[in-house]
Amino acid sequence: MNNPFRTTRRNIGELIAEWSIRAVASLSIIVIFLIFVFVFREASTLFLGDSDEATPQSTQVAQTDSTSQTTSSSEPDVYNPEAEEPEVYNPEAEAPSSGEEGAPGEFIYIAANPAYPHIYNPSTGLIPPDIDAASTEEDVVLGDTLSFTENFFSSTWQPVGEVPKFGIVPLLIGTAKTTLIAILIGAPLGILAALFVAFFAKPWIREIVKPGIELLAGFPSVVIGFFCLVSVASWVQDITGVPYRLNAIVGGIGLSLAVIPIVFSIAEDALSAVPKTLREASLALGSTEWQTAYRVMLPAAAPGVFAAVLLGIGRAFGETMIAIMATGNAPLSTFSPFEPARTVAATIGSEMGEVVWGSEHYGVLFLLGVLLFVFSFGLNAITELYVKTRFIKRFQGK
Amino acid sequence: MQFSASTLPLPKRLLGFFAVLIALTAAVAVVGIILGMVGNFLANGGTHVTWEFLTEFPRNSNTEGGIWPALAGTTLLVMLMTLLGVPVGTATAIYLTEFAKQDSWFARSVRFAVNTLAGVPSIVFGLFGVGFFIQFMGGNIDAAFGTSSFGDGSLLWSSATLAVLTLPVVIVSVEEALRAVPRDLREASLALGATRMQTIIKVVLPNSVTGILTGSILAVGRGAGEVAAILFVGVTYSSEVLPSAVTEKFMHLGYHLFVLSTQSPDVEKTLPLQFATTLVLLGLTFLLNLTAILIRSRLRKR
Repeated sequence: MNNPFRTTRRNIGELIAEWSIRAVASLSIIVIFLIFVFVFREASTLFLGDSDEATPQSTQVAQTDSTSQTTSSSEPDVYNPEAEEPEVYNPEAEAPSSGEEGAPGEFIYIAANPAYPHIYNPSTGLIPPDIDAASTEEDVVLGDTLSFTENFFSSTWQPVGEVPKFGIVPLLIGTAKTTLIAILIGAPLGILAALFVAFFAKPWIREIVKPGIELLAGFPSVVIGFFCLVSVASWVQDITGVPYRLNAIVGGIGLSLAVIPIVFSIAEDALSAVPKTLREASLALGSTEWQTAYRVMLPAAAPGVFAAVLLGIGRAFGETMIAIMATGNAPLSTFSPFEPARTVAATIGSEMGEVVWGSEHYGVLFLLGVLLFVFSFGLNAITELYVKTRFIKRFQGK
Repeated sequence: MQFSASTLPLPKRLLGFFAVLIALTAAVAVVGIILGMVGNFLANGGTHVTWEFLTEFPRNSNTEGGIWPALAGTTLLVMLMTLLGVPVGTATAIYLTEFAKQDSWFARSVRFAVNTLAGVPSIVFGLFGVGFFIQFMGGNIDAAFGTSSFGDGSLLWSSATLAVLTLPVVIVSVEEALRAVPRDLREASLALGATRMQTIIKVVLPNSVTGILTGSILAVGRGAGEVAAILFVGVTYSSEVLPSAVTEKFMHLGYHLFVLSTQSPDVEKTLPLQFATTLVLLGLTFLLNLTAILIRSRLRKR
């Protein structure tokens, strides 16, 4: 692009102003670096060896917390205004008490609130991680001797206990499960709706439907999560009769509501960006509108639609509030969509508020954050570098 | 230009009918979901959104009363966020449109960074807020000035985190607005002897005020509904007073809803409160986004 300013007279003030704008612009790049460096820095305590001191510290807090919970059990400390930390989910307080009543294999959280069973109540209702541990006794024994890496890739997520276990396998399975469901529902709906708006809808319908779906993108995720929690969960249970009110299906439906507007708007952009000449050529050869749309325009826009799905995946696995509220939050290593699941993002969201800063658990949560960041960075890099260049090549011959 | 479908054999016509029908169904389903959701909230919480609900403090462990501190906290949060984020976003957009050579590696890196930033999960921003703003910046400020209020979650660090999170939203909208300013205007200004910065400040920016406004509104809409990023950066579930300094903790509408619906001692009793809070939060973001969409579509037509 020709620079219209090239010949302008320069002075010191101008230069300073220009370079400060340049400096501010570089902030975006710096922030990306900072995110990686500082999220990784907090996680790096795991590898620097001071985790040995931190582990007993976290157990100690777990004990003090649990005593305060038992002494004032009638008055949940969730609403204690003097408390410093916002209590998101209190695994410390919960693990010992549920350990006492914890009949292995019996999912306590279903009957957590007998007065109102279809409302999910994590203060009593989260599945205690030690249920998983109780069923796999040998892990408990092995736990002492496991190295961090072995622990990290084991199949038990039980961050609070005598021997904390940070096996991310159930979290990865939960994330994959809910993301897959969300994409299976969200991607077809989003792409087909985009196809409708781009090619079949009358202009006045387009003027209503398009901003309408874009408004869905502005729905706060906590609102979608709440909707799933109180309404969708009941509907799903009524229809399918699943034993657990909150499960991967409900979570996946919730996530798909977050995915649809993203897939829709990017796919719609891609479809509208296909040159009009293709459409006219197809119509001139005698094909109908729908043949043109499905067999010419959609394949032509395929890289863009692919990008839409990729970004949809990125949104689904990184979404926190919907996952916390609607998936049931149980770190189970099962692929069944009707059982509760727990995603990586939801784990960070629900445990970070309770963790002792600097402890091993804290480091592991940041490591999960690094995982999310690297994954989303990779997805974005693929969309940017591969998909977009292909799209440009295809239509501009560059 | 319209080719009649009747020249096709019947099976193909049926196929075409279903092809269009399935796309129509998808669009109707999506719009239906949105309307159903809003209708559900209106039906269950519509009557509870009263003046008292908006202006009273919560009582009795958040099970009664209103949402005033959450509403005020959210407002303060997004105001501070706008102050921190919009200037940075605007400057970046100015760089991208006015200064950058489009093919330079720096401009491409900035663009790539902005796109990446838009795709980073919000919970990662939350961790960034803890690791960078609270631990690093806050810790160092406390150590340097002997204060003790910066090394903990607060309104300030929450809005800084949200400012980073909403940066791409601002940049993209402002950039679009800056590009919509006709090149003639810039050239006329330069031809009259104005310098580059004078042209930007006196000609380009005044002509893109609506775009900057749109970007800010969209960012506010995004920031007001964002909970995951501020979960551990300063939000609190209960507060007797409004925050009086930026280093204090605050209540937030979205977080209030999250706490009410998942951690309340009596979820059933507070269900109307939850629906009413949802309506207020949704109404707020809805209005903001609608305004932005309307301004933007007007801008595009021009």
